Amino acid sequence: MFAAFLTSSIRFSAAFLYGSTGEIITQKSGHLNLGIPGVMSVGAAVGCVVELGLLKASVSSPILLVLIPLLATVLAGVAMGALFSFMTVTLKANQNITGLAMTTFGVGLSGHIINGIRLQLFTISKASKYYRKLLPFTNSLGDFGKIFFSHGILVYLAIVIAIFAQIILNKTRIGLNLRAVGENPATADAVGVNVTLYRYVATMVGCGISAIGGLFTIMDYMGGKWGYMIEALRWVSFALVIFTLWRPVLAIFGSIIFGGLYIVSSYVTGISLAQIELIKMVPYIVTVIVLIVTSIFDSKNAQPPAALGIPYFREER
Amino acid sequence: MNKEKSFHEPLFRISKRDTLPWWKMLLAYAGLVLSAFVVILIVIWAVLGISPWKAIIYIFDGSFKSRGDFFDMMKDTSILLMIALALTPAFKMKYWNIGAEGQVLFGGFACVVCMMSLGGKIPEPLLIVIMFVASVVGGALWAVIPAIFKAIWKTNETLFTLMMNYIATQIVLYYIKVVDTIKAGNLPPQDFGRIPLIGGEKAWLCVISALLVTFIVWIYTKFTKHGYEMSIVGESENTARYIGVNVKKVVIRTLILSGAICGLVGFILVGGIDYTVSAETVGGRGFTAILVAWLAKLNPFIMILSSFLVVFLTRGTSQIMMNLRVANDFFSNVVIGLMFFMIIAGEFFIVYRVKIKKFDLEKLKFWKRRKKD
Repeated sequence: MFAAFLTSSIRFSAAFLYGSTGEIITQKSGHLNLGIPGVMSVGAAVGCVVELGLLKASVSSPILLVLIPLLATVLAGVAMGALFSFMTVTLKANQNITGLAMTTFGVGLSGHIINGIRLQLFTISKASKYYRKLLPFTNSLGDFGKIFFSHGILVYLAIVIAIFAQIILNKTRIGLNLRAVGENPATADAVGVNVTLYRYVATMVGCGISAIGGLFTIMDYMGGKWGYMIEALRWVSFALVIFTLWRPVLAIFGSIIFGGLYIVSSYVTGISLAQIELIKMVPYIVTVIVLIVTSIFDSKNAQPPAALGIPYFREER
Repeated sequence: MNKEKSFHEPLFRISKRDTLPWWKMLLAYAGLVLSAFVVILIVIWAVLGISPWKAIIYIFDGSFKSRGDFFDMMKDTSILLMIALALTPAFKMKYWNIGAEGQVLFGGFACVVCMMSLGGKIPEPLLIVIMFVASVVGGALWAVIPAIFKAIWKTNETLFTLMMNYIATQIVLYYIKVVDTIKAGNLPPQDFGRIPLIGGEKAWLCVISALLVTFIVWIYTKFTKHGYEMSIVGESENTARYIGVNVKKVVIRTLILSGAICGLVGFILVGGIDYTVSAETVGGRGFTAILVAWLAKLNPFIMILSSFLVVFLTRGTSQIMMNLRVANDFFSNVVIGLMFFMIIAGEFFIVYRVKIKKFDLEKLKFWKRRKKD
């Protein structure tokens, strides 16, 4: 029972992990992108449309059926990120306003796209099994294998990306520059770091990664059915960013915990419908507590990037 | 090499314009909204295949076709306007309260709790007064919690208020499942504690309270000492401290007001319109209101126009979709998002002047000649 619960938690965690890794990278550059739910929805919708197109063209290679939609999803995310950066960096617009407009736009657009193809949508569930393909040695490893090796490729990709992001952020010069841009853009600019470039690229990469979370939710977790799961997941990745103190590797464990809280009701008997709602509240409350505690103790390593949400214009410093 | 040649001139040079006189500003924004509208019509034409002329008629139909449509439009506009007004004092202070959704919902929740627990046991007028007080206090409470932490420990208010939205939603869902004995998944409209209709329409209550709130917020932000302190804190916290403003007190006080107005909206939504509460009672209007308030540049009177614009477009596109037999509001969201994108982008050209690099022909000829040699 516990093994099954842990397995599902790990699987579900990928949906949060993509969103939070993407948002961590974005926020480290000082951009508070409230458009992530929109990015995830559009990414998922574009992925579904491409998947459908491939199936219609009777492409049967499993690798292509996973890779091409994945690529399309990432590109859609990157495009949304570029739009956000164009608005906030080049056109100097307010980040919160741009982000909220992007969420409204993105959730609407994805709904409209999916609504247009809803009659054929069931076909994409055929491709879902390729996303969930097991590793060959899973069954020989018993419970251990089930917990750690029974997931689809996108779950592992999420973990790899998170580890990779952590290394880039903390161990490379690029990461150092990026953090400098998020903490104090004026100083970074003074030592010759291209603030505009860093903010653009970080936001685009962040949105590209977040978008995969949308595709994962639909193609792997939902088994190819379009559900409004993405909307429900909306801000959990935001909560996770704070909960893990802007560290992608911690986000791996954080997302498993949050994922577990989301699905715990179907594994533990004796929980009433009402109590499920209280359990779903836990991630948000924990996040608020983390936010409060870190601000009270004012520890330097656990703060939001100092310039988070603050625009940087060279002329106005 | 002389030094002048090695100087690199960027392709675009951006400089801030002088502040435009108010009528020029108004004209510029009107032009912006109009051009956004034209682009939206073109998008509707391209995506849905409805000609612009027809689309205009449908969009007007959405708000003005029948008496019912008109009053619904008035009701929606008033509600959106009130939430935007509630956010205004906080935004003036550069306090990013994105928790209006939760504050309204919690106000409505407090209202419904009173309706269900006291309904039928005490006289109706008294019940309504209690509902009103509970809602206002509930909304204020939900807004003041993040404000206290912001004031004392500088806890990030954007992230905090965002989380409070979902805590409120979950509390409402929990409550519904606890009191819902027939397992219908929602609460039926309550019979006790309904605010009496004014003039036979639910809309009048909204309109009257919205006008009242507009006036109060205008006076408060423009003509009172509190309002003055608020804008100082927004401009520069250090300046505020220097001239002896108690920043903590101002933050907490302002957010109590902000939340109280949100609570009032919750009271009207629950006590005057729905007579019940659900997770969708506010339905994202707490977020839309942020855009509305920003669009109006925090001016209460322009906010009347901007909230009307958003409601008008939303209802209009819903009407178009209804004619196409699509019963969801996804496309309205696309249109609203599109409009804001265009206004955000266009505003840049109102605030800044863009100079394109002038190509020096003499220099160009000079370089060409040199290349030939």
